[in-house]
Parts: sequence; structure tokens; C-alpha cells
Amino acid sequence: MTGTSRRIGKRGRDLLQVRELRALALLVIVVGGAALIQPRYLNPNSLRSILIWIPLVAIIGMGEMMVIIIRGIDVSVGSIVGLAGLTVGLLFRDVPGFPVFLAVIISILIGLALGSLNGAIISGAHVPGVIVTLGGLSAYRGVTFLITRGSQIDGNYIPKSVIRWSQTGPLGIREVPWIVVIVLVITLITWVIFRYTRLGRDMYALGSNPDAARLRGVAVQRVTFFAYAFTGALAGLAGILYSSRFGFLNPGQTGVGMELTVIAAVVIGGVSPFGGSGSVLGVLLGCLLLGAVNVALAVLGIAGSWQLAVYGAVILLAVGSDAIFQVGLHRADRSE
Amino acid sequence: MTANPLVRLTALSMSFESVNVIRDASLSLYPGEVCALIGENGAGKSTLLKILGGIYEPVRGSIEVNGKLTSILNPQSASALGIALIHQEPLAFPDLTVAENIFVGAEPKKGKFGWVDWKTMYQRTREVLGALDMKLEPTSRMHGLSVADRQMVDVAAALTQNARLLMMDEPTSSLTPGEVERLFAIIRRLRGQGASIVFVSHRLEEIFEIADRIVVMRDGEVVGERLPSQTSADEIIRIMVGRSLDAMYEKPKANPRDTHAIEVQDLRSTGHFRNISFQLKAGEILGLAGLVGSGRSSLAKALFGILTIDGGTVKVGGKVVAIRSSQDAIRNGIAYIPEDRQRQGLLMPASVTQNISLSALSRLSRHGWTNRALERTKAFGFVEQLKIALSSVDQQVAELSGGNQQKVVLSKWLLNDPKIIILDEPTHGIDVGAKAEVHHLMAKLASEGIAMLMISSELPEVIAMSDRVLVMREGSIVGRFDRAEVSQERIMAAATGQLK
Repeated sequence: MTGTSRRIGKRGRDLLQVRELRALALLVIVVGGAALIQPRYLNPNSLRSILIWIPLVAIIGMGEMMVIIIRGIDVSVGSIVGLAGLTVGLLFRDVPGFPVFLAVIISILIGLALGSLNGAIISGAHVPGVIVTLGGLSAYRGVTFLITRGSQIDGNYIPKSVIRWSQTGPLGIREVPWIVVIVLVITLITWVIFRYTRLGRDMYALGSNPDAARLRGVAVQRVTFFAYAFTGALAGLAGILYSSRFGFLNPGQTGVGMELTVIAAVVIGGVSPFGGSGSVLGVLLGCLLLGAVNVALAVLGIAGSWQLAVYGAVILLAVGSDAIFQVGLHRADRSE
Repeated sequence: MTANPLVRLTALSMSFESVNVIRDASLSLYPGEVCALIGENGAGKSTLLKILGGIYEPVRGSIEVNGKLTSILNPQSASALGIALIHQEPLAFPDLTVAENIFVGAEPKKGKFGWVDWKTMYQRTREVLGALDMKLEPTSRMHGLSVADRQMVDVAAALTQNARLLMMDEPTSSLTPGEVERLFAIIRRLRGQGASIVFVSHRLEEIFEIADRIVVMRDGEVVGERLPSQTSADEIIRIMVGRSLDAMYEKPKANPRDTHAIEVQDLRSTGHFRNISFQLKAGEILGLAGLVGSGRSSLAKALFGILTIDGGTVKVGGKVVAIRSSQDAIRNGIAYIPEDRQRQGLLMPASVTQNISLSALSRLSRHGWTNRALERTKAFGFVEQLKIALSSVDQQVAELSGGNQQKVVLSKWLLNDPKIIILDEPTHGIDVGAKAEVHHLMAKLASEGIAMLMISSELPEVIAMSDRVLVMREGSIVGRFDRAEVSQERIMAAATGQLK
């Protein structure tokens, strides 16, 4: 190979490595396409709809990307949202005047406890994450039904201050509500963990090559435990945010199926389904893309029943292009 | 050597599942010296390095570093002692950058939170790459790099951790001649700076070029130490192979039939082997010798259809056949007994019967339903014929000894009535008694007209069992010997490129 062609080849690979670009390109296509057909799509209201759609997905996505980067998966997040959300909902209903800050802490702690349980079993007993969290998916939802006896927490029980997180923002800016600010804070924290802590660096190493990571002294069990616990805590936070965003909590609805949306956003955002690479920026873009698709469907007057099918198509498109480029690279690399 | 040794190993022993892989090995390593470690496949070189690297724990013996008795419990304690192991295939993190690869687990920190200090990390990466004369960007992703570059990144990682003992396990096996020269220049520079280097290679000419001292291992023992100036390639080969042939069962002289069971012409598989031509007669055992990585196993896999053939012809029974899958191979009467029988040859949790019938299920079935009675009858037949020691044919294969497991693998293939059997290290990891039984069995099958291609790293086995021997080196056949002219020395000379 000549010098020049080698350089171009390397640059091509580096470009591919920036898989966030793919999410960005798809985002431009979706927004542009929808705006061409229906110019109304570009008004502030639909921007707001997109922003208001993504917070729960983005917050949990920050944890889910950690789990996927270390070659795991957490499908219990939707049920954690349900259990944490309904628990604080019961407190709001049954303890009039229950302090909101305490409710936030309880919601996060419940998520942290459930995530830690996942993480402890997975790292301690070496059971694959998909099995353990599948158990969690079912068990945590079951507990939610038990403690609520199946009844919904109506909007009038949810404190006004909680509802307002989704309605007004800092300095009263309506387009960027507080819930979006929370997303940005969580994103920043996650970025710092990945970029500036040993723990975050170890996650990439572990996902990229588990055997080599072990030989280099990466504390595999601790890293694994942290990823699941962190994800659980974020899902717990999303529990109380759900009540703000939707104005009600229902054991059969709150968080149901969210794991799929979150995993979709993470993978579309360029986090390698084989582990080892991915960025918070990509995950944000993935969430925006799913949000844009969702709102486009509504604005274009396409029935909501199409939603799942379109998500699926977007995931297959994203992962399919992955399979064409990235898998080839990885296979060439790892089978040597 | 007058200096004090950096590392001294005394009477080290180590075993895997009661097979001794290192026996009473003693070795001293000095600063500013390149010590070459040489020996046949399985002589224990890599195991010895892994003990020093903290990957394996010795059963007996002592390790002294700088005169202090110590134990190396894990890779971290090895690196804390200044010992670094450069693996044959660099264990890289393909998704991470060069700088990240160098510093995984040892990132520079700053501030009171101990946050990763990227500036220092890139700075030190540039420094160490510069010291190694490497023109690599610290931010390049690892998966775009060549094997040579990745190896250098491993060396760089060792240097940033102030390694004083660098152990390289066959670092040159996948390098081009130019890359080897560059590696040697770096090794010489490190030696000049007082590092102690252990260099494992099968290439004698390289060893004579770079080593200050040559240590020969055989069967887990250190059997000789020579200075390059006072020895010769011939002598080193003699020490390497110096195993007696007495204990080995010798196959009676074959009377190969006149028909060719398989004829191979100019066979090629890119990146694995090329120009491979040979004939194998019915009833003949052809030994295939060579060092690990010489292309022997690849050739076996290609003939069995699990490695792509890129050129050349294969004739079975005089007819040209296309072997594109293992089904093609089986249809043409070829059987393949892989090296790693536990992983590739057997379903360990399944019963003896299930394993035996596995590759012949279609013959034992009607309309998709397996005839269980017939299956068991066949299994019983083989248990009797091959004298497989077991309590019941329903016993799990995992519970059998290595020798008996190998017989189950053989049974599985014999059920298909093969004309040609390819065996890759048929007696690897089997105790002496069982070895002899497997050898008897092979001789019996040959006398019944089955042609056999046997890959073996055990030279006495090759010599005792083969009617003819082919030696491979770097993907080509470099030696052909008849039974009358073959010797361990000649095989090893060909395999290491010393054949005149």
C-alpha cells in the first residue's frame, strides 16, 4: 500500500468511527423531509414537542449507553420507571403535602436500589445482563401492580411544582422547560464520567476487549456493577419526571415499553452494539432523531399506530448501515 | 555475566490438570541482555513467560526480582515489579486510540478529583512514540493499525510503566522483514539502556542475530544454555529435539495400495499457505510437521472445507472435487479430527452415543426421525472395537479421560466410513498409555486401507507413525522425507529454515 492510499484509508475509517454523523444525517433528512411536505413542522410548537418528547429517553439513555458500551444490556429500565414513579405517586396521594425534594430523592434511590440489584447479580454471579434484567422487567412491574393494587394516580394528586418542570423553564422560557435542563445536566455528568474518570475509561476498555481489560487490571465486576446501578438511578429519576411530563401515573402504562425506545435511541446514536464505543453526543442525537420522527408522524397526520413500525425501520436502517461498515472492520480486527 | 541478575527463577514447576508443563526450570535474566528462549511447540516457553507475567501461578519454585524473593500474583503485580509481557498477538483495544491503549489502567491523573489528564497523556504518548521512532498519531484508532504497529504500542505501554524486563512472545511471527529490522533496532536500543529482554522465536537466524544468550527448553525443562558465538544452529537443533525415541510405539511398515486416496496440486489459501502439492495413497500415513503457525492446521482445515481454498486442485479417488464446505468434504469421504477436541470435536455435556452418531445422523434416521436403537447398537460396536473405557454409552463425554474422548471422536467419523482421515495433534494432552492405544488404532485403520494425514508437533510421534513426512514452514512445504531418511534433526532444521 502506498503512503497516500494508506492515509486516505485511515481517514475513511476515522470518519466511520464518528458514527454520530449518521444520526445527524438521518436527523437532517427526517426534519428536512417532513418540513418539505408540511412547513408547519418547523414552528416553535413542534420544536417544543420534540424537546418535550426526549427527556425521559435521553436521561435513561445515558445509563443504557454505559451498559451497552460494556457489552451488556438493561431491559428493566421501563419497569424501574414504573416502580419508582408509582411509589412517589402513592406518597403524593396518601401523604398530603409530601415534600417534593424528598420525593425526587426517593425516586432516585428506588432506581439505584433496583439497578444495584441488577448489577450485583450480573457482576457477582456472571449471569448475562439480558437474562437478569428480563427478570427485573417482569418482577419490578409486578411489584408496581401489587403496591398500587392496579389503580392509577390521577393528575390532581401530583404537585403543581412537579408539573411545572415540563411547562416552564429557566427565566420563564417556555420552549426549553426545566426537564430539558435536567437532561443537559445528566448528559454533562455522564460526559465527565466517560472523559475524565478512570471508571469511564475502564468502561470503553472493557467493552472493546474484555480479556485484555482484565489483564490490564480493569476491575471488571466493579465497572459492571456501576453501569447497571447508574442506569437504575437514572431510570428512577425518570420515574418522578414521568409524572411531571404526563401528569398521571399508571401501573400498566408508566414506563411500559420504554426499554425499547431507549435502546433504539442509544444504538441509532452510534453506540456500537458490540460494545467499546459511543458518545453522549451521539445518544442525544439519537433521542432527537426519534423525537423528530415521532413528531413528524403526528404533524404529517400519520396514524400513531405507525409509530412502532417506523421506529423499527429507523433502528434497522441505523444498525444495517453499521453491519455493512463497522462489522467488517471489527471482524477483520478481532479475528486476527 | 558478572552483574547481578534482575530476575532469577529457581526450580519452577507448573502443571495443568496434572500434566507437568514446566519442570524444575531455573533461569536468570540480566539487565542489558537479550536472552533468546527457544524450543519446540509445547516446550513450555510461553507458559514460563506467563508465570513471570502474573497470568499463571507456579506450583513450586521461587522467583527473585533484584535479589528479593517475591511472588507475582497477577498482571498488575508483574507490572509493578517492572515486568512486561508483549503477547504474540497484541491484546489491543480496537475501539480506543493509541494513547488510550498505552494508558489503559494507568491513566495520568490530575487535580484533587484525580481526573484523567489528557494533556499529559498525549504528551507522554508522543514522547514514548518518539523514543521508539514511531510515526503514529496518539489519536489514531487502534483498529486501523498493522500488527507491527500494535506490537509497538504494547512495547510503548510497557515503557511508560517503566518496565525493566520485557518479554516478547514470538514478536516476529507476523512481521515483514523490514518490520523485524525495526523491532531489532528498538530491542538493541532498549538493551543499551539497561533493559532485560526475553525474546521467543522459532527463527534461528533471528536468534543468532539478536541474542546475547540462548536458552533452550524441551518438555518444560531448561535443557541448555549457549552463547551464540560458541554454538551453531545444528547444535541448538540437537538440544531442542534431543528426546529419545525408545518409548514410542512404532507403526509397522505400511503396504500402501497403489490407488491415490487424495492428490493435492498447487493448493493455495491466501494468507495461510501456497504451492501445496502432495499425494496420499490408501493405507498410508503422511506426517505433517512444522512449527505452530507454519500453515499445517490451515491446510487441514482447507482440505475439510472450513477454510477457503483460493487456488489449486484436490482429487479424491482420481476425480477432481470441489471442497467448499465440510459437507462437501464429508461427502467425499474426508474426516477431520481437530486439535482442540474439547471445543471443536465433541459436545462435552452430551452422551457418548449422541457424540458418536452426530455426524452420521442422516444414515441413522428415517423421515427425519432418529432410530435410537440403531444409534445405540452402533455406539456399542465402537466401544467394543476401539476399547473405549466407560461405564455406559449414556455417560457424558466430559467424564471420560482424554484418550477415551479421542476414541469417541474417531468413532464419530468411522461411522461415516471415511477414506481419508485428517488428524490434527491426535495425541495432544493424552497420557502415555492412551497415546500408544491411539497409535495402535491408527495403524490398524491404515492397514484397512484408510489414508491418514497426521499433523503432529511431537517429532518422535511423527517419525514413529509416518510412512512419509512433509515439513511446512511459513505456508510452504520445505521438506519431504521418506521413512528411511527422516530424523528429528532434519525435520527441525527444515521447520526452522536451516535446511541446506
